[in-house]
Amino acid sequence: MAVAQPKTDATEARIAALTMPEGASWATEARKGALARLRASGLPGPRDEYWRFTNPAGLVEPEAPRAATFSDTDERPIFDAIDRVKLVFVDGVFDEGLSDDPALAGVEILRLSDALSRDIHWARDLYGALEERGQTPVVRPLAALNTAFATDGVAIRATGKAERPVNLIYLHRSETSDAILHHLVRVEEGAELTVLENGPAASRFNKCTEIDVAKGGTFHHVRAQGRDHERRAVTHMFARVAEEARYKSFTLTANGVMTRNEHVIEIVGDEAIAHVAGAALGDGRTGKFHHDDTVFITHDAVGCESRQVFKKVLRNGAEGVFQGKILVKPGAQKTDGYQISQSLLLDEDSSFQAKPELEIYADDVACSHGSTTGAIDETALFYLRSRGVPTAEATDLLVLAFVAEAIDEIEDEALRADILDRLSGWLERRRQG
Amino acid sequence: MLEIKNLHVKLEEEDKAILKGVDLSVEAGKVHAIMGPNGSGKSTLSYVLSGRDGYAVTDGTATLDGEDLLEMEPEERAAAGLFLAFQYPVEIPGVGNMTFLRTALNAQRRARGQEEMSSADFLKTIREKAKALKIDSEMLKRPVNVGFSGGEKKRNEILQMAMLEPKMCILDETDSGLDVDAMKLVADGVNALRDAGRGFLVITHYQRLLDHIAPDVVHIMANGKIVATGGPELALEVEKNGYASFESEAA
Repeated sequence: MAVAQPKTDATEARIAALTMPEGASWATEARKGALARLRASGLPGPRDEYWRFTNPAGLVEPEAPRAATFSDTDERPIFDAIDRVKLVFVDGVFDEGLSDDPALAGVEILRLSDALSRDIHWARDLYGALEERGQTPVVRPLAALNTAFATDGVAIRATGKAERPVNLIYLHRSETSDAILHHLVRVEEGAELTVLENGPAASRFNKCTEIDVAKGGTFHHVRAQGRDHERRAVTHMFARVAEEARYKSFTLTANGVMTRNEHVIEIVGDEAIAHVAGAALGDGRTGKFHHDDTVFITHDAVGCESRQVFKKVLRNGAEGVFQGKILVKPGAQKTDGYQISQSLLLDEDSSFQAKPELEIYADDVACSHGSTTGAIDETALFYLRSRGVPTAEATDLLVLAFVAEAIDEIEDEALRADILDRLSGWLERRRQG
Repeated sequence: MLEIKNLHVKLEEEDKAILKGVDLSVEAGKVHAIMGPNGSGKSTLSYVLSGRDGYAVTDGTATLDGEDLLEMEPEERAAAGLFLAFQYPVEIPGVGNMTFLRTALNAQRRARGQEEMSSADFLKTIREKAKALKIDSEMLKRPVNVGFSGGEKKRNEILQMAMLEPKMCILDETDSGLDVDAMKLVADGVNALRDAGRGFLVITHYQRLLDHIAPDVVHIMANGKIVATGGPELALEVEKNGYASFESEAA
């Protein structure tokens, strides 16, 4: 299908502003392949079906829109109490001085530029591979752009149980930064790894992570996107989940003028599990808030379980979007798929749009999906108030209750407590106005 | 303690009068019962006193120890010492029963300028009180009223009452949906709270609850008014003859 001229022009203008980093010949081939995919599809435009609810303006221009940095020193840094290995990126550039010794994680960790300039078989097999697979049946041009031009990132390979979680911390210091990071994660047979991510990263952040979980492997991911009000982010998590492997991801988002988080997960081995969850808190009073969760889970094996649990709390004109799909391929019998997307609108100015989809080609499956939009339950609110809980506090309690199902997807108790702490902090700040 | 004078209330949306001049006075240390047929306005009275939306007071007053209840927000009424045990306790998914009670207790204490109760004291107290009501630790951990049986919900209401120690307790049809054993548990819970400083208003359709919670005064409500007031014998009369004679009086 030919790309319309204005779109081609916009795409070429963006490409012209970027430089393809050097690397091993196989890496350059992978990047060129991605560039070809980007040119074939063109950058997303407002008329694209997959961008119907989220205007890609701000994500596609050659220059990143200016975004003020934000100091969140009013709360303890997230994951601070967790014994983890910090890898810090400042405006999208790895900062060795601020980072811990990667060796402490007990897994192989390489900077992306190192991984892509050597002949590392697992990195070669992975870089751009899952992203490319994720381009059908729906194109994801910003992910292709990422593969072609990513300037930094890490490649992590776990061959056993990691000693500590790897915490990727993204600091935002420049008002004009435009960061493109690409991470590779390979969890070998029976290995276990937890990756934590936090921070706004840059004024505009394009991040792509490719995660390959081998047989019986476990991958946990907990992310807290930064509180910067003006930042923009588009992220892709491409995962391939093998037999009896487990993939679990949770994201907390508060603030941000624009966030689009895509998850593209392919379950390729029997009896595997893939869960993705998210809680987004949006308050339009402190700047525009638009948050989009786009999830595509493909079942291509027998007896697998997938969950999509997304909750959004929106007020003062905040906008929430959910596009979620479960695709069950022929032969993927005994699939257990569940998807829930809900929004709690705290006023009439906020909005939520959801597009839940099931596409099933196997006959022995149990799949369900639900999507709701609602206000605070007045009966519950009165019940709480009648017991002496003031309205604001009662509302917060109901908000926490509303997002609980998503938070509960975090298995680790300490991490769950940390995320709950963030949520309470957000509510507290909102209450104080 | 609770003084209600000439209280007139209508439904806000339908412009329909429900209470048509209620006069009632509950003294500290006493248990008053209000009996009446369905639709007489008993539950409306409890809602209006606790501050539920949807009702408009068109005339009259209601005070608790001289403080104007009708001017207060529901949470202020609670902090002032009013408690309504709901006819239909509300399920709140996602909010743990313990969290709920601790939040409520400490919010009331803050509102009264008292210190919050420590976690340790709270745990100790709630365990004791829950035990008496045969509420196990599992029920305390579960989300508020979610998946509770009718009897469990009512016991949970009494537990809240026991923890919050209000001075004026209103029980709205607390016997509905209870079997005899559950009713006895609930009644024991209420009786344990009876003391000289606390007033009770027990709203019920049937006399049977009053076998277990012996009232000092019984009022009959019909068509939005108190139409008869007497001792416990009044309840027995209703049991025998029904409400028909009182309703004709009210009309």
